Amino acid sequence: MSAPPLTRGLLGTGDPSLAAHVAAHGPLPHGGHPTSFVGDLTGRGGAGFPTARKLHAVAEAARAAGTPAVVVGNGGEGEPAAAKDATLLARSPHLVLDGLQLAARAVGADTVVLAAAHSQLGGLDRALAERGDRGRVRLVGLPDRFLAGEETALVAAVDGGPSLPRGKVPPVWQRGVRGRPTLVQNVETLARLALLARGDDAAGHTLVTRHTAGRVDVAEVPLGARLADVLPLAPGTQAVLVGGYHGSWLPPAVAADLTLERSALASVGASLGAGVLAALPADRCGVRETASVLAYLAAQSAGQCGPCLNGLPRIAAALELLARPGPRRPGLLADLERWAGLVVGRGACTHPDGSVRLVASALRVFTPELAEHAAGRCTAAPGAPAFLPVPGGAR
Amino acid sequence: MSERLRVDRIACTGHGACADLLPEAVALDEWGYPLLAAGELPRELHRPARRAVAACPARALLLERTGVRQPLPGRLTGSTQGRSAQ
Repeated sequence: MSAPPLTRGLLGTGDPSLAAHVAAHGPLPHGGHPTSFVGDLTGRGGAGFPTARKLHAVAEAARAAGTPAVVVGNGGEGEPAAAKDATLLARSPHLVLDGLQLAARAVGADTVVLAAAHSQLGGLDRALAERGDRGRVRLVGLPDRFLAGEETALVAAVDGGPSLPRGKVPPVWQRGVRGRPTLVQNVETLARLALLARGDDAAGHTLVTRHTAGRVDVAEVPLGARLADVLPLAPGTQAVLVGGYHGSWLPPAVAADLTLERSALASVGASLGAGVLAALPADRCGVRETASVLAYLAAQSAGQCGPCLNGLPRIAAALELLARPGPRRPGLLADLERWAGLVVGRGACTHPDGSVRLVASALRVFTPELAEHAAGRCTAAPGAPAFLPVPGGAR
Repeated sequence: MSERLRVDRIACTGHGACADLLPEAVALDEWGYPLLAAGELPRELHRPARRAVAACPARALLLERTGVRQPLPGRLTGSTQGRSAQ
Protein backbone atom coordinates (compact mmCIF):
# COMPACT_ATOMS: atom_id res chain seq x y z
CA MET A 1 0.00 0.00 0.00
CA SER A 2 1.48 3.34 -0.97
CA ALA A 3 1.45 6.33 1.37
CA PRO A 4 -1.34 8.82 0.70
CA PRO A 5 -0.30 12.14 -0.80
CA LEU A 6 0.49 14.75 1.87
CA THR A 7 -2.02 17.11 0.40
CA ARG A 8 -4.10 17.21 -2.74
CA GLY A 9 -3.85 20.94 -2.56
CA LEU A 10 -6.36 23.74 -2.62
CA LEU A 11 -6.06 25.07 -6.13
CA GLY A 12 -7.54 22.09 -7.99
CA THR A 13 -7.69 21.78 -11.72
CA GLY A 14 -9.31 25.11 -12.45
CA ASP A 15 -12.75 23.52 -12.83
CA PRO A 16 -14.81 25.02 -10.00
CA SER A 17 -17.79 22.66 -10.42
CA LEU A 18 -19.17 20.42 -7.68
CA ALA A 19 -18.57 17.37 -9.90
CA ALA A 20 -14.86 18.18 -10.21
CA HIS A 21 -14.68 18.87 -6.48
CA VAL A 22 -16.24 15.52 -5.53
CA ALA A 23 -14.12 13.69 -8.10
CA ALA A 24 -10.94 15.18 -6.60
CA HIS A 25 -11.75 15.08 -2.90
CA GLY A 26 -14.74 12.80 -2.38
CA PRO A 27 -17.81 13.87 -0.40
CA LEU A 28 -17.43 15.67 2.91
CA PRO A 29 -17.48 12.99 5.65
CA HIS A 30 -20.63 13.30 7.76
CA GLY A 31 -19.17 12.25 11.09
CA GLY A 32 -16.28 13.61 13.06
CA HIS A 33 -16.23 16.79 15.05
CA PRO A 34 -13.87 19.43 13.60
CA THR A 35 -12.03 19.70 16.93
CA SER A 36 -10.88 16.10 16.38
CA PHE A 37 -9.04 16.87 13.14
CA VAL A 38 -8.27 20.61 13.23
CA GLY A 39 -4.89 19.85 14.84
CA ASP A 40 -2.39 22.68 14.73
CA LEU A 41 -4.00 24.50 11.81
CA THR A 42 -3.44 28.26 12.01
CA GLY A 43 -5.43 31.09 10.45
CA ARG A 44 -4.32 32.21 7.00
CA GLY A 45 -5.79 35.70 7.06
CA GLY A 46 -2.70 37.32 8.54
CA ALA A 47 -2.76 36.90 12.31
CA GLY A 48 -1.92 33.19 12.24
CA PHE A 49 -4.05 32.41 15.28
CA PRO A 50 -4.53 28.71 16.14
CA THR A 51 -7.86 27.67 14.65
CA ALA A 52 -8.64 25.13 17.40
CA ARG A 53 -8.51 27.86 20.06
CA LYS A 54 -10.71 30.16 18.04
CA LEU A 55 -13.33 27.44 17.45
CA HIS A 56 -13.30 26.66 21.16
CA ALA A 57 -13.61 30.34 22.20
CA VAL A 58 -16.61 30.97 19.93
CA ALA A 59 -18.36 27.73 20.94
CA GLU A 60 -17.88 28.56 24.64
CA ALA A 61 -19.03 32.18 24.19
CA ALA A 62 -22.18 30.98 22.41
CA ARG A 63 -22.89 28.46 25.17
CA ALA A 64 -22.35 31.11 27.85
CA ALA A 65 -24.59 33.60 26.04
CA GLY A 66 -27.24 30.96 25.38
CA THR A 67 -27.45 31.97 21.73
CA PRO A 68 -26.34 30.29 18.49
CA ALA A 69 -23.06 31.54 17.05
CA VAL A 70 -22.50 33.07 13.62
CA VAL A 71 -19.81 31.94 11.17
CA VAL A 72 -18.36 34.35 8.62
CA GLY A 73 -16.01 33.14 5.91
CA ASN A 74 -13.64 36.02 5.24
CA GLY A 75 -12.78 36.43 1.57
CA GLY A 76 -12.15 40.16 1.99
CA GLU A 77 -8.71 40.28 0.47
CA GLY A 78 -8.21 44.04 0.44
CA GLU A 79 -4.46 43.75 0.03
CA PRO A 80 -3.74 44.87 -3.58
CA ALA A 81 -0.66 42.64 -3.84
CA ALA A 82 -2.53 39.52 -2.69
CA ALA A 83 -4.63 37.28 -4.91
CA LYS A 84 -4.56 33.96 -3.05
CA ASP A 85 -8.05 34.15 -1.55
CA ALA A 86 -9.62 35.38 -4.78
CA THR A 87 -7.86 32.58 -6.69
CA LEU A 88 -9.02 30.00 -4.15
CA LEU A 89 -12.65 31.20 -4.31
CA ALA A 90 -12.60 31.16 -8.10
CA ARG A 91 -10.97 27.72 -8.46
CA SER A 92 -12.17 25.75 -5.44
CA PRO A 93 -15.31 27.35 -4.01
CA HIS A 94 -16.62 24.00 -2.77
CA LEU A 95 -13.65 23.47 -0.46
CA VAL A 96 -14.41 26.84 1.16
CA LEU A 97 -18.12 25.99 1.42
CA ASP A 98 -17.29 22.59 2.96
CA GLY A 99 -15.08 24.40 5.47
CA LEU A 100 -17.90 26.81 6.35
CA GLN A 101 -20.20 23.85 6.98
CA LEU A 102 -17.59 22.26 9.28
CA ALA A 103 -16.94 25.52 11.13
CA ALA A 104 -20.67 26.01 11.68
CA ARG A 105 -20.86 22.48 13.11
CA ALA A 106 -17.86 23.16 15.37
CA VAL A 107 -19.25 26.30 17.01
CA GLY A 108 -22.97 25.54 16.87
CA ALA A 109 -23.80 28.28 14.39
CA ASP A 110 -27.26 28.78 12.88
CA THR A 111 -26.14 31.63 10.61
CA VAL A 112 -23.46 31.19 7.97
CA VAL A 113 -22.11 34.05 5.86
CA LEU A 114 -19.50 34.18 3.12
CA ALA A 115 -18.10 37.64 2.43
CA ALA A 116 -16.04 38.38 -0.68
CA ALA A 117 -15.50 40.96 -3.40
CA HIS A 118 -18.62 41.75 -5.43
CA SER A 119 -16.96 40.34 -8.55
CA GLN A 120 -16.84 36.88 -6.94
CA LEU A 121 -20.42 36.61 -5.76
CA GLY A 122 -21.71 35.26 -9.09
CA GLY A 123 -19.40 32.25 -9.04
CA LEU A 124 -20.07 31.62 -5.36
CA ASP A 125 -23.82 31.79 -5.91
CA ARG A 126 -23.51 29.17 -8.69
CA ALA A 127 -21.50 26.94 -6.35
CA LEU A 128 -24.15 27.31 -3.61
CA ALA A 129 -26.89 26.44 -6.11
CA GLU A 130 -25.02 23.30 -7.22
CA ARG A 131 -24.98 21.95 -3.68
CA GLY A 132 -28.49 23.09 -2.79
CA ASP A 133 -27.12 25.49 -0.15
CA ARG A 134 -28.51 28.77 -1.49
CA GLY A 135 -30.73 29.27 1.54
CA ARG A 136 -28.09 28.16 4.04
CA VAL A 137 -25.22 30.52 3.26
CA ARG A 138 -25.67 34.25 2.87
CA LEU A 139 -23.30 35.97 0.44
CA VAL A 140 -22.14 39.48 1.32
CA GLY A 141 -20.26 41.70 -1.16
CA LEU A 142 -17.43 43.78 0.22
CA PRO A 143 -16.15 47.15 -0.97
CA ASP A 144 -12.79 47.29 -2.71
CA ARG A 145 -10.98 48.74 0.31
CA PHE A 146 -7.77 47.73 2.05
CA LEU A 147 -9.51 47.33 5.40
CA ALA A 148 -12.59 45.46 4.11
CA GLY A 149 -11.26 42.18 5.51
CA GLU A 150 -10.35 43.59 8.94
CA GLU A 151 -12.57 41.46 11.11
CA THR A 152 -14.51 44.21 12.88
CA ALA A 153 -15.01 46.07 9.58
CA LEU A 154 -16.18 42.79 8.07
CA VAL A 155 -18.70 42.26 10.86
CA ALA A 156 -19.97 45.82 10.36
CA ALA A 157 -20.45 45.15 6.64
CA VAL A 158 -22.26 41.85 7.32
CA ASP A 159 -24.54 43.76 9.70
CA GLY A 160 -25.43 46.09 6.83
CA GLY A 161 -23.40 49.10 7.96
CA PRO A 162 -20.37 50.81 6.45
CA SER A 163 -17.24 48.67 6.27
CA LEU A 164 -15.30 50.39 9.09
CA PRO A 165 -13.23 48.93 11.95
CA ARG A 166 -14.90 49.37 15.31
CA GLY A 167 -12.14 48.50 17.79
CA LYS A 168 -11.22 45.21 19.38
CA VAL A 169 -13.33 45.57 22.54
CA PRO A 170 -15.49 43.55 22.86
CA PRO A 171 -13.90 40.97 20.53
CA VAL A 172 -16.07 39.58 17.72
CA TRP A 173 -15.83 36.07 19.15
CA GLN A 174 -17.90 37.45 22.03
CA ARG A 175 -20.00 40.07 20.26
CA GLY A 176 -19.90 40.06 16.47
CA VAL A 177 -22.65 39.84 13.86
CA ARG A 178 -25.94 41.06 15.40
CA GLY A 179 -24.16 41.09 18.77
CA ARG A 180 -23.73 37.33 18.75
CA PRO A 181 -20.52 35.30 19.24
CA THR A 182 -19.00 35.19 15.77
CA LEU A 183 -16.31 33.07 14.17
CA VAL A 184 -14.52 35.06 11.47
CA GLN A 185 -12.28 32.72 9.54
CA ASN A 186 -10.22 33.36 6.43
CA VAL A 187 -11.39 31.37 3.38
CA GLU A 188 -8.05 29.56 2.98
CA THR A 189 -8.25 28.39 6.59
CA LEU A 190 -11.75 27.05 5.88
CA ALA A 191 -10.59 25.22 2.76
CA ARG A 192 -7.75 23.64 4.74
CA LEU A 193 -10.28 22.53 7.35
CA ALA A 194 -12.26 20.83 4.56
CA LEU A 195 -9.17 18.84 3.49
CA LEU A 196 -8.27 17.97 7.09
CA ALA A 197 -11.77 16.51 7.50
CA ARG A 198 -10.87 14.09 4.70
CA GLY A 199 -7.64 12.99 6.36
CA ASP A 200 -5.46 15.13 4.11
CA ASP A 201 -2.54 16.80 5.88
CA ALA A 202 -3.43 20.26 4.60
CA ALA A 203 -2.20 22.21 7.62
CA GLY A 204 1.42 22.04 6.49
CA HIS A 205 0.96 24.07 3.32
CA THR A 206 0.04 27.64 2.60
CA LEU A 207 -1.00 29.78 -0.34
CA VAL A 208 1.24 32.63 -1.40
CA THR A 209 1.03 35.34 -4.05
CA ARG A 210 4.40 35.71 -5.73
CA HIS A 211 5.66 38.82 -7.47
CA THR A 212 8.79 38.75 -9.58
CA ALA A 213 9.84 40.88 -12.56
CA GLY A 214 7.02 40.59 -15.08
CA ARG A 215 5.14 37.83 -13.28
CA VAL A 216 2.49 37.48 -10.57
CA ASP A 217 1.06 34.10 -9.60
CA VAL A 218 -0.48 32.17 -6.72
CA ALA A 219 1.16 28.97 -5.51
CA GLU A 220 0.66 26.44 -2.75
CA VAL A 221 3.91 25.86 -0.89
CA PRO A 222 4.97 23.79 2.12
CA LEU A 223 5.39 25.71 5.37
CA GLY A 224 9.04 25.39 6.30
CA ALA A 225 10.23 25.61 2.69
CA ARG A 226 13.19 27.87 1.97
CA LEU A 227 11.97 31.21 0.71
CA ALA A 228 14.53 31.06 -2.12
CA ASP A 229 13.00 27.74 -3.26
CA VAL A 230 9.54 29.28 -3.36
CA LEU A 231 10.32 32.69 -4.80
CA PRO A 232 12.90 32.91 -7.60
CA LEU A 233 15.46 35.54 -6.58
CA ALA A 234 16.93 36.76 -9.85
CA PRO A 235 20.47 38.16 -9.80
CA GLY A 236 20.37 41.75 -8.63
CA THR A 237 17.19 41.33 -6.57
CA GLN A 238 17.34 44.30 -4.21
CA ALA A 239 14.98 43.22 -1.46
CA VAL A 240 12.10 40.88 -0.72
CA LEU A 241 8.76 42.07 0.57
CA VAL A 242 7.28 39.48 2.93
CA GLY A 243 3.66 39.62 4.09
CA GLY A 244 2.25 42.43 1.98
CA TYR A 245 1.68 46.14 2.55
CA HIS A 246 1.60 45.64 6.32
CA GLY A 247 4.69 43.48 5.99
CA SER A 248 8.46 43.96 5.90
CA TRP A 249 11.19 44.44 3.35
CA LEU A 250 14.12 42.09 3.91
CA PRO A 251 17.61 42.27 2.38
CA PRO A 252 18.06 39.52 -0.25
CA ALA A 253 20.80 37.79 1.77
CA VAL A 254 18.48 37.51 4.78
CA ALA A 255 15.50 36.44 2.66
CA ALA A 256 17.38 33.77 0.73
CA ASP A 257 18.20 31.73 3.84
CA LEU A 258 14.83 32.18 5.46
CA THR A 259 12.34 29.36 5.92
CA LEU A 260 8.63 30.10 5.60
CA GLU A 261 7.80 29.24 9.13
CA ARG A 262 6.38 31.43 11.84
CA SER A 263 9.28 31.57 14.30
CA ALA A 264 11.96 31.87 11.59
CA LEU A 265 10.07 34.77 10.02
CA ALA A 266 9.50 36.38 13.43
CA SER A 267 13.23 36.23 14.15
CA VAL A 268 13.81 38.71 11.32
CA GLY A 269 10.76 40.82 12.18
CA ALA A 270 8.56 39.38 9.43
CA SER A 271 5.41 37.30 9.15
CA LEU A 272 3.62 35.67 6.26
CA GLY A 273 0.71 38.07 6.79
CA ALA A 274 -1.49 38.14 3.70
CA GLY A 275 0.81 35.61 2.00
CA VAL A 276 2.58 38.07 -0.29
CA LEU A 277 6.17 37.43 -1.43
CA ALA A 278 7.70 39.99 -3.78
CA ALA A 279 11.24 40.13 -5.14
CA LEU A 280 12.11 43.72 -6.00
CA PRO A 281 13.96 43.61 -9.35
CA ALA A 282 17.33 45.27 -9.90
CA ASP A 283 15.97 48.14 -11.99
CA ARG A 284 13.41 49.51 -9.49
CA CYS A 285 13.70 51.80 -6.50
CA GLY A 286 12.57 50.42 -3.15
CA VAL A 287 12.05 53.89 -1.68
CA ARG A 288 9.83 54.88 -4.62
CA GLU A 289 7.83 51.63 -4.30
CA THR A 290 7.35 52.16 -0.56
CA ALA A 291 6.33 55.79 -1.06
CA SER A 292 3.65 54.73 -3.57
CA VAL A 293 2.35 52.06 -1.20
CA LEU A 294 2.27 54.51 1.72
CA ALA A 295 0.31 57.05 -0.31
CA TYR A 296 -2.22 54.29 -0.92
CA LEU A 297 -2.26 53.12 2.71
CA ALA A 298 -2.73 56.68 3.99
CA ALA A 299 -5.68 57.11 1.63
CA GLN A 300 -7.11 53.79 2.84
CA SER A 301 -7.18 54.87 6.49
CA ALA A 302 -10.75 54.67 7.72
CA GLY A 303 -10.12 58.17 9.06
CA GLN A 304 -11.71 57.40 12.39
CA CYS A 305 -8.74 57.67 14.73
CA GLY A 306 -6.82 60.94 15.11
CA PRO A 307 -3.26 59.59 15.11
CA CYS A 308 -3.82 57.51 11.95
CA LEU A 309 -5.78 60.28 10.22
CA ASN A 310 -3.04 62.84 10.96
CA GLY A 311 0.02 60.65 10.98
CA LEU A 312 -0.24 58.46 7.88
CA PRO A 313 -0.55 61.33 5.36
CA ARG A 314 2.47 63.04 6.92
CA ILE A 315 4.45 59.80 6.86
CA ALA A 316 3.43 59.23 3.23
CA ALA A 317 4.45 62.79 2.30
CA ALA A 318 7.84 62.36 3.98
CA LEU A 319 8.42 59.16 2.02
CA GLU A 320 7.42 60.90 -1.21
CA LEU A 321 10.10 63.52 -0.50
CA LEU A 322 12.67 60.81 0.29
CA ALA A 323 11.78 59.06 -2.98
CA ARG A 324 12.79 62.14 -4.99
CA PRO A 325 16.52 62.43 -5.64
CA GLY A 326 17.94 65.70 -4.39
CA PRO A 327 18.77 67.59 -1.24
CA ARG A 328 16.36 66.91 1.58
CA ARG A 329 15.06 69.22 4.23
CA PRO A 330 17.02 68.90 7.48
CA GLY A 331 15.01 67.07 10.10
CA LEU A 332 12.86 65.16 7.60
CA LEU A 333 14.02 61.74 8.80
CA ALA A 334 13.65 62.78 12.44
CA ASP A 335 10.09 63.94 11.73
CA LEU A 336 9.33 60.68 9.97
CA GLU A 337 10.57 58.64 12.91
CA ARG A 338 8.62 60.75 15.40
CA TRP A 339 5.37 60.46 13.41
CA ALA A 340 5.88 56.72 13.07
CA GLY A 341 6.23 56.47 16.86
CA LEU A 342 3.08 58.52 17.37
CA VAL A 343 0.76 56.28 15.34
CA VAL A 344 1.83 52.85 16.66
CA GLY A 345 -0.67 51.28 19.05
CA ARG A 346 -3.01 54.28 18.79
CA GLY A 347 -5.63 53.06 16.36
CA ALA A 348 -8.81 51.04 16.80
CA CYS A 349 -7.28 48.63 14.29
CA THR A 350 -3.67 47.85 13.39
CA HIS A 351 -3.61 49.79 10.11
CA PRO A 352 -1.18 52.41 11.47
CA ASP A 353 1.02 49.76 13.08
CA GLY A 354 1.25 47.70 9.90
CA SER A 355 1.90 50.74 7.72
CA VAL A 356 4.72 51.88 10.00
CA ARG A 357 6.22 48.38 10.03
CA LEU A 358 6.63 48.62 6.26
CA VAL A 359 8.19 52.09 6.50
CA ALA A 360 10.64 51.07 9.22
CA SER A 361 11.77 48.06 7.20
CA ALA A 362 12.22 50.24 4.09
CA LEU A 363 14.38 52.73 5.99
CA ARG A 364 16.57 49.83 7.21
CA VAL A 365 16.85 47.92 3.95
CA PHE A 366 17.09 50.84 1.53
CA THR A 367 19.65 52.88 3.48
CA PRO A 368 22.11 52.85 0.54
CA GLU A 369 19.40 54.01 -1.87
CA LEU A 370 18.41 56.81 0.53
CA ALA A 371 22.03 57.97 0.51
CA GLU A 372 21.99 57.94 -3.30
CA HIS A 373 18.83 60.03 -3.30
CA ALA A 374 20.35 62.52 -0.87
CA ALA A 375 23.25 62.85 -3.34
CA GLY A 376 20.78 63.54 -6.16
CA ARG A 377 20.79 60.08 -7.78
CA CYS A 378 18.39 57.15 -8.03
CA THR A 379 19.63 53.69 -9.03
CA ALA A 380 16.35 52.68 -10.70
CA ALA A 381 16.08 52.63 -14.47
CA PRO A 382 14.54 55.94 -15.59
CA GLY A 383 10.85 55.55 -16.35
CA ALA A 384 10.64 51.99 -14.95
CA PRO A 385 7.01 51.16 -14.24
CA ALA A 386 5.78 50.56 -10.69
CA PHE A 387 6.52 47.07 -9.41
CA LEU A 388 4.02 46.75 -6.57
CA PRO A 389 0.37 47.17 -7.58
CA VAL A 390 -1.27 50.29 -6.17
CA PRO A 391 -4.93 50.92 -7.04
CA GLY A 392 -5.42 54.30 -8.60
CA GLY A 393 -1.79 54.28 -9.71
CA ALA A 394 -0.55 56.65 -6.99
CA ARG A 395 2.88 57.54 -8.27
CA MET B 1 -8.92 48.30 43.22
CA SER B 2 -6.56 49.21 40.35
CA GLU B 3 -7.70 51.50 37.63
CA ARG B 4 -6.39 52.30 34.22
CA LEU B 5 -7.23 54.92 31.61
CA ARG B 6 -8.19 53.97 28.09
CA VAL B 7 -9.05 56.10 25.08
CA ASP B 8 -11.73 55.09 22.62
CA ARG B 9 -9.69 56.14 19.59
CA ILE B 10 -12.68 56.27 17.29
CA ALA B 11 -14.75 58.46 19.62
CA CYS B 12 -11.86 60.78 20.51
CA THR B 13 -11.88 64.00 18.51
CA GLY B 14 -8.95 65.68 20.22
CA HIS B 15 -10.68 68.29 22.39
CA GLY B 16 -7.82 67.96 24.87
CA ALA B 17 -9.90 68.39 28.02
CA CYS B 18 -8.25 65.26 29.47
CA ALA B 19 -4.77 66.77 29.28
CA ASP B 20 -6.00 70.00 30.89
CA LEU B 21 -7.67 68.20 33.78
CA LEU B 22 -5.23 65.36 34.27
CA PRO B 23 -1.78 66.53 33.13
CA GLU B 24 -0.13 64.00 35.49
CA ALA B 25 -1.37 61.13 33.31
CA VAL B 26 -2.30 62.59 29.92
CA ALA B 27 -0.24 64.60 27.43
CA LEU B 28 -1.26 65.64 23.94
CA ASP B 29 0.58 64.72 20.76
CA GLU B 30 1.35 67.35 18.13
CA TRP B 31 -2.10 66.87 16.60
CA GLY B 32 -3.94 67.26 19.91
CA TYR B 33 -4.70 63.61 20.64
CA PRO B 34 -4.02 62.10 24.07
CA LEU B 35 -0.95 60.12 25.02
CA LEU B 36 -1.52 58.16 28.22
CA ALA B 37 0.98 57.36 30.93
CA ALA B 38 1.57 53.61 30.86
CA GLY B 39 0.31 51.27 33.52
CA GLU B 40 -2.08 51.67 36.44
CA LEU B 41 -3.22 55.06 37.65
CA PRO B 42 -1.73 55.98 41.04
CA ARG B 43 -4.43 56.03 43.70
CA GLU B 44 -4.17 59.81 44.25
CA LEU B 45 -5.17 60.33 40.60
CA HIS B 46 -8.38 58.28 40.74
CA ARG B 47 -10.52 61.27 41.71
CA PRO B 48 -9.14 63.74 39.12
CA ALA B 49 -9.28 60.96 36.53
CA ARG B 50 -13.00 60.54 37.16
CA ARG B 51 -13.45 64.28 36.68
CA ALA B 52 -11.54 64.11 33.38
CA VAL B 53 -13.65 61.18 32.21
CA ALA B 54 -16.83 63.09 33.01
CA ALA B 55 -15.54 66.20 31.25
CA CYS B 56 -14.62 64.54 27.94
CA PRO B 57 -17.00 66.10 25.37
CA ALA B 58 -16.70 63.01 23.15
CA ARG B 59 -17.09 60.52 26.02
CA ALA B 60 -13.92 58.95 24.69
CA LEU B 61 -11.92 58.74 27.91
CA LEU B 62 -12.60 55.59 29.89
CA LEU B 63 -11.52 54.49 33.33
CA GLU B 64 -11.34 50.74 33.59
CA ARG B 65 -10.90 48.52 36.62
CA THR B 66 -8.11 46.04 36.28
CA GLY B 67 -7.66 42.94 38.38
CA VAL B 68 -3.91 42.80 38.67
CA ARG B 69 -1.69 45.57 39.90
CA GLN B 70 1.20 46.28 37.59
CA PRO B 71 4.24 48.53 38.09
CA LEU B 72 4.01 52.04 36.79
CA PRO B 73 6.86 52.69 34.38
CA GLY B 74 5.82 56.36 34.35
CA ARG B 75 6.63 56.69 30.69
CA LEU B 76 4.27 58.23 28.19
CA THR B 77 3.25 55.69 25.59
CA GLY B 78 0.73 55.57 22.83
CA SER B 79 -2.04 53.65 24.44
CA THR B 80 -3.02 51.35 27.21
CA GLN B 81 -5.60 49.72 25.01
CA GLY B 82 -5.57 45.93 25.25
CA ARG B 83 -4.83 44.14 22.02
CA SER B 84 -5.80 40.52 21.70
CA ALA B 85 -4.44 38.19 19.09
CA GLN B 86 -7.92 37.27 17.98
